[in-house]
Amino acid sequence: MTKIEEVKVIEIKKSIFADNNKDADALRGELKDRGVFLLNLMSSPGSGKTTTLIRTINLLKDRLRIAVMEADIDSDVDAVKIKEGTGVESIQLHTGGMCHLDAEMTRQGLDNLAPGAADLVILENVGNLVCPAEFDTGAVKNAMILSVPEGHDKPLKYPLMFSVCDLVLINKIDVMPYFDFDLDKCREYVHMRNPKASVIPICARTGEGVEAFAQWLLQEVEHWKN
Amino acid sequence: MHELGIVFYIIKDVKTAALEHDVQHVNAVVMNIGEVSTIVPDYLTDCWRWAVTKEPLLEGSELLINIIPAVTHCDACGREYETVRYGKKCPHCGSDQTWLLKGNEVEIKEIQV
Repeated sequence: MTKIEEVKVIEIKKSIFADNNKDADALRGELKDRGVFLLNLMSSPGSGKTTTLIRTINLLKDRLRIAVMEADIDSDVDAVKIKEGTGVESIQLHTGGMCHLDAEMTRQGLDNLAPGAADLVILENVGNLVCPAEFDTGAVKNAMILSVPEGHDKPLKYPLMFSVCDLVLINKIDVMPYFDFDLDKCREYVHMRNPKASVIPICARTGEGVEAFAQWLLQEVEHWKN
Repeated sequence: MHELGIVFYIIKDVKTAALEHDVQHVNAVVMNIGEVSTIVPDYLTDCWRWAVTKEPLLEGSELLINIIPAVTHCDACGREYETVRYGKKCPHCGSDQTWLLKGNEVEIKEIQV
């Protein structure tokens, strides 16, 4: 006679994102109470996140109190660059090998900033178009940078990233003539994924369009505080 | 690396469930993974094998994966179709007023103890 091993099954039926989504909502609630606007900035590696931030912060630092959290797998080069380039508080978060930040890691980062010293906190997420889109960090708004050399078809290839973003910055527009990049097509693809997303073309190197991004931030921070 | 992060989340949830049900050892965890969830099942099971060597509760346990086929619904004609085959555009009427009905799941279905 064969012995039938008894297997007990415990039904779970729970999304593994459920806990993180709950943490993220709780964090957003606390940020609202404290009047702190958290922006989650995402992109591929090398799209110009840090350069864009330095330009933008220098335009805004007299009007807003700003702090930056740089998330990377390793090193503190970005946090140092922000600190040296703008003078605002900048801390480095290490994800310990992970390709994204979640709400709990974001909270730990916020706890390490000087309390009550910022109206606008910018989280520079790990350079990656897949994983950061899946994990809600608790940020008030999501923005992403798509740079011209990456191609205008990225919204088709990374649908989730573009559907979670409230703002898409198209960076490195100064090199557009050298690439087969169609700005109108790019806008169309972004809006296929998210009809409500704003699109702002910029060049972080020359500063073109950065004022429009700064205005967007000012409005969003104002709106959040009221 | 993406899958490794997901594995850590699964382990956390399984530990919580094990504590609730007073379970000493887990033999298998069954996942529902949507076809368009961006998870690569092979990577997920590879990461699982590595990660469970560090968890007495889960040592030697298997990660079993149910693939949930992706289905898209079309608002224009009201019909449904296979997402992976046809993408965003409805093959019945050509509309792109469509949305994913299922296929994005990353959930723990059950644990076997």
